[in-house]
Amino acid sequence: MGVGIEVTNLNAWYGTNHTLQDITLNIPANHATALIGPSGCGKSTFVRCLNRMHETNPIARVTGTVRIGDMDIYNDAQPVEIRRRVGMVFQRPNPFPTMSIYDNVASGLKLNGYKNKRSLDEIVERSLKNSALWDEVKDDLKSKSGASLSGGQQQRLCIARALAVDPEVLLMDEPASALDPVSTSKIEDLIFQLKSQYTIVIVTHNMQQAARVAEKTGFFLNGRMVEFDSTHKIFTNPSDKRTEDYITGRFG
Amino acid sequence: MATNATSFRSKYRATMDHVVTGLAVLATALVVVPLIAIFVYLLLKGASSVNLDFFLKNPVPEGESGGGMANAIVGSGVLLGIASLIGIPIGIGAGIYLAEFGRGTRLANAVRFTADVLNGVPSIVMGLAAYSLIVIPQRHFSALSGGVALGIMMIPTVARTSEEMLLMVPNMIREAALGLGLSNWRAVLSITVRTASPGIITGCMLAFARVAGETAPLIFTALGNAFFSTNPNQPIEALPLQIWVYATGPYEDQHRLAWAGALVLIVLIVLAVSLVRYVTSRGVLKGAS
Repeated sequence: MGVGIEVTNLNAWYGTNHTLQDITLNIPANHATALIGPSGCGKSTFVRCLNRMHETNPIARVTGTVRIGDMDIYNDAQPVEIRRRVGMVFQRPNPFPTMSIYDNVASGLKLNGYKNKRSLDEIVERSLKNSALWDEVKDDLKSKSGASLSGGQQQRLCIARALAVDPEVLLMDEPASALDPVSTSKIEDLIFQLKSQYTIVIVTHNMQQAARVAEKTGFFLNGRMVEFDSTHKIFTNPSDKRTEDYITGRFG
Repeated sequence: MATNATSFRSKYRATMDHVVTGLAVLATALVVVPLIAIFVYLLLKGASSVNLDFFLKNPVPEGESGGGMANAIVGSGVLLGIASLIGIPIGIGAGIYLAEFGRGTRLANAVRFTADVLNGVPSIVMGLAAYSLIVIPQRHFSALSGGVALGIMMIPTVARTSEEMLLMVPNMIREAALGLGLSNWRAVLSITVRTASPGIITGCMLAFARVAGETAPLIFTALGNAFFSTNPNQPIEALPLQIWVYATGPYEDQHRLAWAGALVLIVLIVLAVSLVRYVTSRGVLKGAS
């Protein structure tokens, strides 16, 4: 089951560049939340702060608190532990090229020392079914490399890989921006199904996509969160002038 | 007027295209021709002396005919085994440090600089280093000291190619690994190194093939041995050493054996490299890049 995320006064820097300023918001459990905004507004940095990926860059720094469920991720836990509870799907599909489809999905568990082969088979099958890829790859699980799939299939493979470690939250950083329209709609259908089991945070450039998949939407601009509300309200009756300008296409 | 200029330009472009393609073909030929010439010459001079005795018998005393290089073939194997045990793990380890853990640190820059300098040190100096480090304290020549000299020579090549290959792994692969909750060392060893492994193996093979033909570092270390030996603590024969001794000797029989030895050395290196390539490529999956 998914858990909610409470972010309080989150600030982030790259070197001296203050990329996120005083972000406070509550992301509801078992819903999809979309983050929109022009390039460089800090939305990607924001999701990378939710699983402590931001700090893997040596010049990056973070202050503030993020609670995921009952865990204060910057004070109570190690990054490794958090990332097992908070899965991430990246903008470009990034399957491990030297591994088979099966090993890609199993990698998170196998490399963390999970040994039970039978249940590993089950988890791989379930994860691939959950990411709507099973029927396309079930005959080549161990004979084909993850890199041999098409772009859209690779991205669903990456989703399966993230799901296999059984996270509570799934972060998606523009998961469909490198894909064609058919693959994109498959990913969107998938998000729709997955949000009953996981809390999903999706960064997107595509406002229609946010409107289609998310219940809540946040609008970021220049490192600040301008507005956070139900998706319907953001797209029909935003309270802030800048949000309205952005969604009506006056800039960005 | 305009048509003339256009047709002149397109002719010029077509000609330049042919010229540049021709130069590339010429360069390729210049790379391949010496290799083929050497190999053909070795075949002509040496093939007639390569027989079963060559692989099974030890050298006979000077002046007698017959005999083989069994001791040198096995000796080269022992020396290269010791060298690989030293050079490959240290080299790959240093490459991993340079690319993954020490990126941008002063220590890494110092290590990289040292490796590049080490790569340019004449091989005979490596032999002298192993001589003073191992032979003098032990008071005798040994296969071990020869292996160490060759092993040290392998380190910079293995380290720098490993580093380059690891740096070619896209950062998004590292992020994918960390995003799954793998610890940093796990992600490096099981994901990044594995992704770069075909290139790293090529680097190891390059280093191996290079030291397999080295003579100078063995003169003060392995010394040579007329008898069959596999003992790392005793002097040992090696193919390049034996070739050198025979080729500079006065006897016609020895010259023939030297040619045969050179031929066998090249063929064995090609076989060893091909074998490693075959074994490591068997596990590669369809569509893996």
